[in-house]
Amino acid sequence: MRALAPLGALGRAVLRLLGEVGRVALFALAAVSHVLRPPFYAREFAQALVQIGWLSLPVVGLTALFTGGALALQIYAGGARFNAEAVVPQIVAIGIVRELGPVLGGLMVAARVASSIAAEIGTMKVTEQIDALVTLSTDPMKYLAAPRVLAATLAVPVLVAVGDSVGVMGGWLVGVARLDFNGAAYLENTVNFLETWDVASGLVKGAAFGFIVALMGCYHGMHSSRGAQGVGRATKQAVVSASVLIFAANYILTEVFFAA
Amino acid sequence: MIELRGVTKAFGETRVLRGVDLSVPRGTSMVVIGASGTGKSVLLKCVLGLVAPDAGEITVDGRDVRAGDRDAFLARFGMLFQGAALFDSLPVWQNVAFRLLRGALKRPRAEAREIAVEKLRRVGLSPDVADAYPAELSGGMQKRVGLARAIAADPEIIFFDEPTTGLDPIMAGVIDDLIREIVTEMGATAVAITHDMGSVRQIADRVAMLHDGVIKWTGPVDALDASGDPYVEQFIHGRADGPIAAVR
Repeated sequence: MRALAPLGALGRAVLRLLGEVGRVALFALAAVSHVLRPPFYAREFAQALVQIGWLSLPVVGLTALFTGGALALQIYAGGARFNAEAVVPQIVAIGIVRELGPVLGGLMVAARVASSIAAEIGTMKVTEQIDALVTLSTDPMKYLAAPRVLAATLAVPVLVAVGDSVGVMGGWLVGVARLDFNGAAYLENTVNFLETWDVASGLVKGAAFGFIVALMGCYHGMHSSRGAQGVGRATKQAVVSASVLIFAANYILTEVFFAA
Repeated sequence: MIELRGVTKAFGETRVLRGVDLSVPRGTSMVVIGASGTGKSVLLKCVLGLVAPDAGEITVDGRDVRAGDRDAFLARFGMLFQGAALFDSLPVWQNVAFRLLRGALKRPRAEAREIAVEKLRRVGLSPDVADAYPAELSGGMQKRVGLARAIAADPEIIFFDEPTTGLDPIMAGVIDDLIREIVTEMGATAVAITHDMGSVRQIADRVAMLHDGVIKWTGPVDALDASGDPYVEQFIHGRADGPIAAVR
């Protein structure tokens, strides 16, 4: 029987994982249903929009700027191996708008927003503020989760759009200043090469990543265990699970959008 | 009238409530005493529906607490939490007027603020506090704000969870006086849980002793000292020896 012990442990781990997946799925359904059903908390939604969208602009913009610049250098160096240095504007543009803009933007928002949502809601949970909400006839899912999930789903595509523009600009800056590209020609190549769906698919990814980030922040915050350690664990789990789910969702969406 | 019949609740292997029977007549101030970790808070949370009991029946005025319109049910209650549980992100007046700013009891913002300031004054806080944030207040002031929030919508039933825990004796006395005055003038039904015997004598009309998951004794506060119950005797005199194990 002792030989079967590892199998038992594996089975328990799988069952725990499946249970967690089920709980997250039910939580997501509840969050979406609260987004769609009144009452709506406009003030909380506006605050979440500022926190998630506006205040994430610097970190997303800086990430995109440096990534665009580094990408231009890499593509130039790599392209030189088969005399294809001229494709820098096109590859930077498609790399940024299809992949790096949404994924890196989503990850930066996950680091900044999922952590802060989980810490805030987790602290509310352990200090009985969530219980207080219920006794004041206010559904915590509707008051805390729904505004944040809606705000992130709407704000992250806008952040991705800004990140796309700044990322292309980063590539342009390096292309012009370091790689001797003509500025106007670089931009013209970028605009002519990109198709609407290249940009739109990145924005759809952004919406999905925003949903994931807020959902993981709210889920882990509301399931936080007691004490500072419990809140710390919830915060860590929110960031890790949001990041992993962003990568998984990115692969699935890329498969759906671009698979031949 | 709040009635609990055979209420049980376990968390995993730990059986916290093992069949609680308790009646709180309308307009009465009931204080539930008992050692730390005996399930006093769980008892209150079961009545409010924050914790689902495993078995038993809980009724308020003859109606099962799980049946009917939940918002209408909760609108009858006010609750002062142990740590006040004020919302950090909202200024004091919005904490107090929380119920008046949204939902069925929603009032115009100016009117809600006016009521909040009036309730703050009732608990001995000046209107200057209204725009402060909870983190800027002392523990005693936070408790008062929590009390103001609990009474903001003039509830019929008020719950107090350890209202004086963590306060100095003078501030504890002030909070006890306020609770007694407010409960009397509002004619509300009150249930407080505490292990502070000063609070018990100041707040209670009736006392119930919770131990080992059941109500061991209940009676009027005047009969507390002559209860003859060994659990109550040990608890109110704070003795280490007796039926309640000192090390749990």
